[in-house]
Amino acid sequence: MAAVIPLASSAAGAPVGAAPPPPAAADPAAATAAERARAWMWARRRRAAGSGLLWALSILGLLAFWFVCTRYRLEFYMRFTNVPTPADVLQKLVEVNHSTKFITNVWISVRRILTGFGIAILLAVPLGVLIGRYRTVRDLLMPAAEILRPIPAIAWVPMSIMLWPTNEVSIVFITFLGSFFPILLNTVHGVTTLDPVLVRAARCLGASEAQLFRAVILPGVMPQIFTGLAVGIGVAWVSLIAAEMISGQFGVGYFTWEAYSLVNYAEIALGMITIGMLGLVCSGVIRVVGNLVMPWRAHSAGGNR
Amino acid sequence: MNTHNGGRGRIEVRDVGVMFESRGAAVIAVDGVSLTVEPGEFVSLIGPSGCGKSTLLNIVAGFVQPTSGETLLDGKLISRPGSDRGVVFQQYSLFPWLTVRKNVEFGLKMQGVPGSKRETSARTLLGLAGLLSFENHYPDQLSGGMKQRVGIVRALATSPQVLLMDEPFGALDAQTRVVMQEILTNIWQKFRLSVLFVTHDIDESIFLSDKIFVMTARPGRIKAEIQVDLPRPRKPEMTTTPEFVELTQRLRALIREESLSAMGGELKDGGLGGFGMEVGPSGVGAVM
Ligand SMILES: Nc1ncnc2c1ncn2[C@@H]1O[C@H](COP(=O)(O)OP(=O)(O)OP(=O)(O)O)[C@@H](O)[C@H]1O
Ligand SMILES: [Mg+2]
Repeated sequence: MAAVIPLASSAAGAPVGAAPPPPAAADPAAATAAERARAWMWARRRRAAGSGLLWALSILGLLAFWFVCTRYRLEFYMRFTNVPTPADVLQKLVEVNHSTKFITNVWISVRRILTGFGIAILLAVPLGVLIGRYRTVRDLLMPAAEILRPIPAIAWVPMSIMLWPTNEVSIVFITFLGSFFPILLNTVHGVTTLDPVLVRAARCLGASEAQLFRAVILPGVMPQIFTGLAVGIGVAWVSLIAAEMISGQFGVGYFTWEAYSLVNYAEIALGMITIGMLGLVCSGVIRVVGNLVMPWRAHSAGGNR
Repeated sequence: MNTHNGGRGRIEVRDVGVMFESRGAAVIAVDGVSLTVEPGEFVSLIGPSGCGKSTLLNIVAGFVQPTSGETLLDGKLISRPGSDRGVVFQQYSLFPWLTVRKNVEFGLKMQGVPGSKRETSARTLLGLAGLLSFENHYPDQLSGGMKQRVGIVRALATSPQVLLMDEPFGALDAQTRVVMQEILTNIWQKFRLSVLFVTHDIDESIFLSDKIFVMTARPGRIKAEIQVDLPRPRKPEMTTTPEFVELTQRLRALIREESLSAMGGELKDGGLGGFGMEVGPSGVGAVM
């Protein structure tokens, strides 16, 4: 609505004799505000369509590169001799779905992610809020966190196997570890950088400490929490796949590694693509949920540049 | 003349002193300040930059504890923030995740007022401020003047006895400022509350106030208390009357003295750095 107004006023002031704009009406000066608004909406839609076209081009380009390299068995420094073609992988996808083995592996990986990532959210967000809000908690917990943080989750695999009673739990633990720190640190950062005037405003509007958490701090750090989730889900997948490859039974990581041991090239590629797709879906879900939870962000500056 | 809200909302600042630590040394920010805001009175606090105006306001708001002395609201010691004192900040302080109406409802929600009742009072207040058609907008979609109007309305929603305002129009352009001043006088007359208003702007303080406290440069003390007996309701045309002009000149002289002494002090410390350029023909007062 805000955009209609400047357009309407510029329509009134448009020079009649000047070079007519491309979607030329008979007389641009006579165009009503409504027509102008419609034209503007079309221009926007065209831009969106153009953007969609580039997306398709990007994906098609990647597929084309893969196809050309594998179809003609290119060999320069890299060797595509053994790499399966897109058609091989597609055929494999159909083939693996004759039994439930593949889909079970996928489901097991997803379940591990949901558990590990879910526990990470449940622990890291409240902990991050407390660390960010209270100096004592920060001084007590941050040094330990800073020591543990640089250890990659994958380096935890042997220790994890020793620590936990079953392989399954240790893999979930690795996944949890991978996403825990990004979520924790982003939440802490969000709380410490929250505009203090908002806290003051809430205080003098009568908010108790508990209400402050619920009504100001949590929504105030929501953007950083979601940044943490976006980073965390990526690290969670990396950690999960590595753990499955090393110690696994079941899971997409295990499926891919097993395919390598069995010299089943098409399954290797299928495993990789599945992992990529799962990661994409997870990031997409987080983005969508973020937009739903933070409707005010849709109006902030910085959408399309 | 302004004791009309049943005698509630009397602010008493008694011999308040504040020290801050700065680079390992104690700095006296405010020294022995006493002032009173009578119920329903509009009082401005004016003085050179860094003299402790915000600090004083923050003490009354309950954000800062004085090192010595005490502050009372209706005879009760102020020790922390509360919804009996509405605060309007210089920076925009609306919650960006709440719509305009939800921002206004915030204080009532904290008190546990049920939703439908909250909505009714928020919409009434927004209507008074001419913002009803923006009730479902987010703060990011508003202009600066609108945001500050919402800020004022939000502070009023819990029916506080006093309103504390720290340069609320400081970030607005001159035209918007004048309009906001008129809106504020209207609101103040309607709600009959006590206001403590911090400003840099001499005309603004005269236009709005019943009483103006002029503060000295750091350490901040009360230099003068000036009664403004211009008739109410105030109108923009009044700013050219002889009484108004005379008050302006008096205040300007008082503040120029303080600004010069503040700068003199800095000059001796060798910390002036190009500041002198701003002392133009209209004097330091104009810079402020
Ligand atoms: N938290 C603090 N720690 C240390 N010094 C402080 C603190 N708050 C304020 N001061 C000092 O106290 C003095 C008064 O500050 P205050 O913000 O109250 O001034 P002010 O009159 O509001 O100034 P301005 O008009 O520029 O807003 C200043 O010299 C400032 O440096
Ligand atoms: Mg200040």
